[in-house]
Amino acid sequence: MAYGPKIIDHYENPRNVGNFGTSAETKNRKDIGVGLVGAPECGDVMQLQIKVNQQTGLIEDAKFKTFGCGSAIASSSLATEWLKGKNLDEASAIKNTQIVEELSLPPVKIHCSVLAEDAIRAALKDYKLKNGIAVPQEEHAH
Amino acid sequence: MTTPSTKPALKLDGIYMDHAATTPCDPRVVEAMLPYFTQNFGNPGSRNHSFGWKAEAGVDKAREQVAALIGADEKEIIFTSGATEGNNLAIKGAAYMYEKAPAGSQKRGHIITGTIEHKAVLDPCKRLQKEGFEVTFLSPPKDGVYTAEMIKAAMREDTILVSIMWANNEIGTINEIPEIGKLCHEHGAIFHVDGTQWVGKMPTNVERDNIDLLSFSGHKLYGPKGVGALYVRRRKPRVRLTSLFDGGGQERGFRSGTLNVTGIVGLGKACEIAMQEMDYDGQRLLALRQYMEAEVTKHLDSCEVNGHATKRLPHIANISFGFVEGEGLMMAIKDIACSSGSACTSASLEPSYVLKGLGVGDELAHSSLRLSMGRWTTKEEVDFAVKKIVEAVKKLRVMSPLYDMHKEGIDLSKVEWAHH
Repeated sequence: MAYGPKIIDHYENPRNVGNFGTSAETKNRKDIGVGLVGAPECGDVMQLQIKVNQQTGLIEDAKFKTFGCGSAIASSSLATEWLKGKNLDEASAIKNTQIVEELSLPPVKIHCSVLAEDAIRAALKDYKLKNGIAVPQEEHAH
Repeated sequence: MTTPSTKPALKLDGIYMDHAATTPCDPRVVEAMLPYFTQNFGNPGSRNHSFGWKAEAGVDKAREQVAALIGADEKEIIFTSGATEGNNLAIKGAAYMYEKAPAGSQKRGHIITGTIEHKAVLDPCKRLQKEGFEVTFLSPPKDGVYTAEMIKAAMREDTILVSIMWANNEIGTINEIPEIGKLCHEHGAIFHVDGTQWVGKMPTNVERDNIDLLSFSGHKLYGPKGVGALYVRRRKPRVRLTSLFDGGGQERGFRSGTLNVTGIVGLGKACEIAMQEMDYDGQRLLALRQYMEAEVTKHLDSCEVNGHATKRLPHIANISFGFVEGEGLMMAIKDIACSSGSACTSASLEPSYVLKGLGVGDELAHSSLRLSMGRWTTKEEVDFAVKKIVEAVKKLRVMSPLYDMHKEGIDLSKVEWAHH
């Protein structure tokens, strides 16, 4: 597949690879929200973690790990960049179409951006549930 | 005794490890073809002038070269456009010619094939199924090798045709062709073999190997694209086929259409070279493949070489790299031309049906690379490929949530995944 320069840049120099601890550790941390979406047999799994400053309510850091193609890695790398510095409402407003546009994803790779949006929503939901914040109805859908 | 190679130099622009997809033309093949584009351009069907005679002489010579490679008589060679046409002509042509319904049945006869055949065999069989033939698609065992026992168990009174590939294009596994052929002959069924990956690489003798129909392509054996041959047995039994193309009656009526003289001359030359050099190439490539597989698995954990341990073609390695996705991996080793069973590299967005058919699991199918070497592959290139692959897999595993989970001791098959 011939990819655009932004996908290749994010693939070759992925931003914010990592996590804030093992799955057992992050489960018990109230300032961390974890989203794990996709399935190995589908060929994509994204794990997105956000770290929220509980005083300011802003996402002060975000990390990802992705099993998937170049577009999936680039989409999740971009998502972590966009999440940093946003509050929860701003973060939940990120749409897959913006990722498609920014990376110039080819049509067959649009599902990678959808997965990244799902990962963002899943991480936000996890954080909200841990902190007793009401989860909007639409976020239950994911 | 191995004949030493007299191969001419050929420097490819990049590291090419996709010879199971196609091979470069041997320069000796191109040289043999060139006069047939210009001076010897005639139509071999033109019987009344020297232009036609020269072209015909070129085709006759090629027919002898092709026949010699597979131990056939030159009258048994039908030139085609490639193995897809050869497979279609063999399977449909034999089915239409030999159709027979058991007493009281509305069906047209029974055909046996395998689920991990090439699409150019599966799809003609599926079409015949729609047209009233009964087709048994046999699943392979985990090592990918079809045995005569498996075919025997599926054989019926009304079985008219068995079609099994000699070696698999994705994993290189070698089926029990001579034994299956013997069984078919005992049962009076026609035996077709898709020999695309085999012929020109491994010793072939249609008599010894009990084959009735054998299709293959020029471009897999260092010949040109757009040309191939179908062997059609003429005695014990004499195999007849219903032709698919009607027209000028070329190729003894099996395949109408003006002959692709340049391509045929190239195919002939490629077969002649293959006959001289297959032992040398085969031994050299087997050593390289074994070295590559050993190096990769030495430097990386959670890797699996797919297919039978030994019953595999010398030049094809198919390896699953656990917790890393194939297309992402190919992006990281973009200096090396190869292919993957990952869904992301296919038009259908489905992972390899061959690896899935082996029961490898979708996850490992997504994580596979096929590296196939050829006449000009060097040890240095293999070393470079191994180094790049090892680096890339390690880098991608740092990014892989699945590798973390694996290291934490989480059983990935027990995780409830959010399917999308």
